[in-house]
Amino acid sequence: MVAITSPAFKENAARALADPGLQKALGTAKGAFLQRRAAAVANLPEFEQLRNTGRDIKNHTLANLDFYLEAYEAKVKAAGGQVHWCSTADDARAAVLEICRKAGARTVTKGKSMISEELGINAHLEAHGIRPVETDLGEYILQLRQEHPSHIIAPAFHLNREDWEADFRRLHTDLPADRVFAERRDILAEARGKLREKFLAADVGITGANFLIAETGSSVIVTNEGNGDLTQTLPRVHIALASIEKVVPTLEDACNMLRLLARSATGQDFSVYTTFSTGARRPGDLDGPEEYHVILVDNGRSNMIGTEFQEMLRCIRCAACMNHCPVYGAVGGHAYGWVYPGPMGSVLTPSLVGIDKTAMLPNASTFCGKCESVCPVKIPLPKLMRHWREREFERHLTPATQRTNLGLWAWFARRPAAYRWATRAAIGALGLLGRGKGAFRSLPLAGGWTGGRDLPAPEPGGTFMARYAKAQREARR
Amino acid sequence: MTKEAILGAIRRGLKRGPLPADQQAMLEGRLATHPRHLIPARSRLPRPDQVALFIRNVEKEFGTVERVPDLAAVPAALADYLATQNLPPRFALAPHPEFEAIPWAERPLLDFERRRAQATDQVSVQHGWAGIAETGTLMLPSSPHRPTTLNLLVETEVVVLRASAIVGAYEEAWDRLRAESQDAVSGGFMPRNIMFVTGPSRSADIEQTLELGAHGPRRLHIILVDDDPAALPPGDAVAPPRTAEPGGLAPPGD
Repeated sequence: MVAITSPAFKENAARALADPGLQKALGTAKGAFLQRRAAAVANLPEFEQLRNTGRDIKNHTLANLDFYLEAYEAKVKAAGGQVHWCSTADDARAAVLEICRKAGARTVTKGKSMISEELGINAHLEAHGIRPVETDLGEYILQLRQEHPSHIIAPAFHLNREDWEADFRRLHTDLPADRVFAERRDILAEARGKLREKFLAADVGITGANFLIAETGSSVIVTNEGNGDLTQTLPRVHIALASIEKVVPTLEDACNMLRLLARSATGQDFSVYTTFSTGARRPGDLDGPEEYHVILVDNGRSNMIGTEFQEMLRCIRCAACMNHCPVYGAVGGHAYGWVYPGPMGSVLTPSLVGIDKTAMLPNASTFCGKCESVCPVKIPLPKLMRHWREREFERHLTPATQRTNLGLWAWFARRPAAYRWATRAAIGALGLLGRGKGAFRSLPLAGGWTGGRDLPAPEPGGTFMARYAKAQREARR
Repeated sequence: MTKEAILGAIRRGLKRGPLPADQQAMLEGRLATHPRHLIPARSRLPRPDQVALFIRNVEKEFGTVERVPDLAAVPAALADYLATQNLPPRFALAPHPEFEAIPWAERPLLDFERRRAQATDQVSVQHGWAGIAETGTLMLPSSPHRPTTLNLLVETEVVVLRASAIVGAYEEAWDRLRAESQDAVSGGFMPRNIMFVTGPSRSADIEQTLELGAHGPRRLHIILVDDDPAALPPGDAVAPPRTAEPGGLAPPGD
C-alpha cells in the first residue's frame, strides 16, 4: 500500500494553501466539472429517479453480495476466464505477480485504476524486475514525476500546463530540446507517440473495473482516452483488478449505473469508451488477449458490511463529492494523505486503514452537505463522517484540548439554565468590549477564527433564546 | 480457502448463512429475467426522429455522419471523405460478410486489406452492429468479422452502420444481442469484448480542458446506410449531408 500521511492532514493542508502552483491549478480547474455536471443533469429530467434506482440496485446487491459474487465467478469461468479471490492487498499483489511471471512479462501496461493505487501494484512489480507503464495521460505524467493521483478521475488535477511541458522536456530527452508546445494538443500528441511503443511492447495489460456483471461474467471499464482498451486488447494477458463491491446483477442494472456515472463524473452523457470484457480471445478472433484474469479483492470491504459504513460500498467512484467539496477545492487531494481524497475518502480511508491513523479526515469537512446532494447513489457522506467522529471520540483519539472543550460544552448543553446564563454573560461581555468597534480583529482563545476573518461584535438585544422568549411573551399578550 | 473466507466474512456482516434455496431461486430468476429499470423518455420517438437524434448526439460528441441511400454508395462516400480529410485511400477493412456486397471496384483507387488493424494503419473501416440514439453511441461487439483493434489503433475510424440497426436505448440493443448472438465458448450471448463508442478519443487531463485525439482515433466518421424506409426523414428521399459543429472546443485533427 502507498505510505499514509493522513495523520499530518493539518500540516499537509497548511502546505497546500501556501503552494502557489497548486492554488493556481485548483483555481483553473474549479468550476469546470461543476458546470458540466449541472448541464448534463439539467438535460435529463429522469436523473433524480435514476439516482434512487442506483441506490436501490446497490443496496440489493450488497444484501446478496455472496450470491452475486458466486454467480459472477461461474460466468467468468464459463467464458474461459479465471477469478482469483484475494482477502488482502498482499494476496492481490502476489496473484498479479504470479500471473505476470508465468507470462514471462518484462513490461506491463496499465489502465487507470484506483484499486491498483490502493494495492501498490506498481512498486511490487518494480521490486520484482517487471516494469509497469501507466498509460492514462494523467497517470503517465505522475509516474514520470513519481507522484500519486490527487483526484480519483483526474489524477493530475494538481498540475498546470507549465508542469507538463517542463516534465516532458526533462524526461523525453530523445526529442528535440527546442520543440514548441503551442497548444495543449501538442503535449497530448507527444504522450500519444511515446505510449504507442509501450502498448505494442507490453506482455500483460492491467486495468481496473468500474462494474462486474453477474449475469454475464463481464468486467466493464469506462474511459475517454482509449488507453484502457489498448491495455486490455493488445497484450497476450489481461488482468482486471476489481474490489468485491463492484458487482451488479444484470446488464440492465449496469445501464442504470452507467447513465449516472459519466454525468456525475465529467458531465458527459456517456463516456467515449464503455467496454465490456468477457473471457479471453474466442476461436477465430483476430485480436484480444489469450488469457483473462480477474483479481477479486476484499482488502477490508467485507468488514464494512453490516456496519453503519455499509452504505459507503455503494460508491461508484465518480468524484462528484470531491468536485463539489469546498475543503477539497482549497487543499487538493494530496493533503488527505492516502489513495482516496475528498468526502468519499474521508469515509472510506478510515474503514480500510483504521481510524487511529486517519482521525483527521472525517474532521476535514464543513458539513455543508453538498457531497451528499450530488452523490449519484445518495451516500449520506456527512452522516458517515459524523459516525467516524463519534468513534474517534470514543477511542480517545481526539486531541486533549478538544476533548476538554467538548466536555465543557457538553456539561453546559445538558444544563439549559446554566447554558443560557453562560451565553448571556459571554455575549454581554463581548458586546461591552466591542461597543463602537463593530467587530474583533483578534480575541484570546479564538485565534483560529480571527486569523482568517473578523468576529462581529454582538449587538444589544440579548441572546437568541432571550429574544425568542420575549417575542413569545408579547405574542401571548 | 480465500474465497470461503471472503464469503464467510460477507455472511457474518449480513448476519446470516448461505441464502436458503427459495431466496437463491428468486435471485436466479432476477438474473434470468433481467428486469428493465426506468429508461429516459428522450429516445422514445418515431423512427425518423430517432435516427435524427442519433445523428445529433454523434455530432455533439465531435463525430461526423454522412447518410447514403445504399451499400453501393459506400465506396464513393468513403473515397470523398478520405480525400476531404487529406487522408490516403488506404485502410484496414473489417472482414465482415455484409461488406462483400459493396462494389469496391467502382473506386479502384481505394486500397484495402480485410484484417485486424496494425500499428501503422491510419484508417480503418469497421462494421457497426448497432447505434444507440439516446447518446449517439455505436455498439461494436468483437467477432472474427469485427476485430477490436479497428476501433483503437488507427487515427481515423470510419464505421458503416445500417439505419435499421439504430435503436433508442441501450436496453433495446442488449435484447437484440440476447436474441441474435450465440457465443461458442460460454454458450451465452456475450462475445469476448463489446465496445460502446461515443465520439472520437479525448482527454481532459491537462487542466481539465478537453482535447480530442488521445490514444484512440482522432476522428470518428459514420457512413449511415438508409436501409430502413420507415427511418427516412419525411418528404426526403436522402437527407442532405451533415457536418459537425464542434462548438468552441478543439475540432478533430487539423
